[in-house]
Amino acid sequence: MTMIFGVPLAVLSGQLLIGVINGAFYALLSLGLAVIFGLLKIINFAHGAMYMLGALVTVVLFDLMGVNYWVALFVAPLLVGAFGILIEYFLLRRIAGQDHIYSLLLTFGVALIIQGVLTNIYGVSGLRYSMPDLFKGGINLGFMFLPYYRAWVIVVALLVCFGTWFVIEKTKLGAYLRAGTEDSQLMQGFGINVPLLVSLTYGFGVMLAAFAGVLAAPIYSVTPVMGSNTLIVVFAVVVIGGMGSIGGAIITGILMGVIEGLTKTFYPPASSAVIFLVMVVVLMFRPNGLFGKEA
Amino acid sequence: MTMMKKLLASAVASALMVGGAQAEISNKTVKIGYLADMSGTYRDLAGPNGLKALEMAVKDYGGTVNGSKIEVVSADDRNSPDTSSSTVRRWVENEDVDMVAGMVASSVSIAVSKILEENDRLGIISGSAASSITNEHCTPNHIHYVYDTYPLANGTASAVVKEGGKTWYMLTADYAFGHSLESDVRQVVEANGGEVIGAVRHPFPTQDFSSFILQAQASGADVVGLANAGADTTNAITTASEFGLTQSGQTLAALLLFLTDVHALGAETAQGIQLTTGWYWDMNDETREWSDRFMEETGVRPTMVHAGIYSSALHYLNSVAAAGSDDAQTVRKQMMDTPINDMFAKNGTIRVDGRMVHDMYLAEVKTPAESKSDWDLYKILRTIPADEAYRPLSESKCKLVNM
Repeated sequence: MTMIFGVPLAVLSGQLLIGVINGAFYALLSLGLAVIFGLLKIINFAHGAMYMLGALVTVVLFDLMGVNYWVALFVAPLLVGAFGILIEYFLLRRIAGQDHIYSLLLTFGVALIIQGVLTNIYGVSGLRYSMPDLFKGGINLGFMFLPYYRAWVIVVALLVCFGTWFVIEKTKLGAYLRAGTEDSQLMQGFGINVPLLVSLTYGFGVMLAAFAGVLAAPIYSVTPVMGSNTLIVVFAVVVIGGMGSIGGAIITGILMGVIEGLTKTFYPPASSAVIFLVMVVVLMFRPNGLFGKEA
Repeated sequence: MTMMKKLLASAVASALMVGGAQAEISNKTVKIGYLADMSGTYRDLAGPNGLKALEMAVKDYGGTVNGSKIEVVSADDRNSPDTSSSTVRRWVENEDVDMVAGMVASSVSIAVSKILEENDRLGIISGSAASSITNEHCTPNHIHYVYDTYPLANGTASAVVKEGGKTWYMLTADYAFGHSLESDVRQVVEANGGEVIGAVRHPFPTQDFSSFILQAQASGADVVGLANAGADTTNAITTASEFGLTQSGQTLAALLLFLTDVHALGAETAQGIQLTTGWYWDMNDETREWSDRFMEETGVRPTMVHAGIYSSALHYLNSVAAAGSDDAQTVRKQMMDTPINDMFAKNGTIRVDGRMVHDMYLAEVKTPAESKSDWDLYKILRTIPADEAYRPLSESKCKLVNM
């Protein structure tokens, strides 16, 4: 068997594929953060909580009304997105234009409250959510067993990432968005409702997080605290990619998934730190991140 | 002269003993502090419902002991030895707390038991796993009640090896508890003729186990042993099931699994997993009767920790009444002298090192077809008798042994 640094090639290929799958997931999560920061300059520390809400709403909808996975894939992000819009309207709008630190503290507080209340209701052991029948089982690729569900996650995550990048960077709507946040007075002069645009953008970013949450529900323990650990990693991804860079978030997300996967193979104890190590190195040489625009 | 000394010494000793027996309950109050993780990773297995169990014990006892009232205070330990230490210091120094119950994270229990020793108060630890609590960290001021890592390894690992699981691959949480559990398992596996052929130490906590499960699959070991707890274990089991680990002929052995974890996983995902437990709610009429009352209070079935908190609190109060004192050493001695016979344990005894030894059970998670309800989850395969389950005193490093 071919060995690379003491690891059989087959095992390594499996780890690479797993890395890409997790990376796609990171990309989806960091994309929402990047959209919110890039367009609204809000450091959204509630992003992890929104991801958790996406998963939790999926489980609760199923338990209460038997809403299946496919419906939840649309309904849960819409519900959580609407909740995000409420937060923007009632809270974030009041600190618009202030220093970034205010949005960070505000969203962090919101996240703690959501997490605390839900922990009291649902506990921390995790809620059960069965995988949709279509995705049960998997395929033997020779070098690894690939569950169908993981294959689906990578496809759908990449599609959503590309779609979002395309809308923001290549369409008229995206141009309005970018212009509206660049110079809102001018845009308002053109008759564009900028506050509405801001609300919808925040709602959309939150929807992306919730969508990742729905994707996570069948494979991870769904608990009120599931977002808090993921959030830190995702923030690191966004910082490495360059705060606010949409494409940067996507590419870095996938890259970090792969680096983390390889670390899990060669030196597992470092796997939770490796992304932060990369962050330190990148910031030393490129303070604006890999794909960040010059300040 | 020697004769004189001996006489004098025994006179002083008996005077002290009489004094002890006559000592009254301080402030006419027996005050119990409940310290546990109320909001973090270990919330469900102990947490607020453990406080309910403690309050049930006080209520069932009648609310007073020898005419003195019983008071309960509680605090969130936040899984932090620092926070817990300052809470317990305040409790014993300013609020005259006599006994501290609950205690989950082993680091918390070890830190708190030192403060209890300094102030000569009593601690009854029900949630912690580390067997070192009554080994190198033993004190004359605490009792370890429900279980520890020794029987976990002893019960599950030896059963799995005897069933033919000779080669093991360990998935270990990379901190003190995981390391100690892994080394206990290694010993048991090797003693039974098996071999640990590989191990991976994963960061605590880890959400995505896919990479580690792939490594375990590639190792070709008969058994994948999980030396982790809580969400790490449930995530690892879910991922193992997703990646068809058991279908490919490997067995999963979860070394620490609570009823709340299995309930979260559900019978479909967790079926067939063997585990060691100190108690199960559906063992007999007595356990069921108490569990029904607990469920009325909390809406969930009790874990072994909840049941242990109840049992230990009742045993404590009975001992306070019998000794007529809330002095830590007097009560501890009374607790050691009285065997425990209740819905939690039969003929349980507290050893000199503070270990409460009682029968443990090897259980297997039922299949969905066997499970009749959400909480109908275990089949008890075997009783591990008390004298087999725990580390024998002859191997103890506790300073109180052979004193």
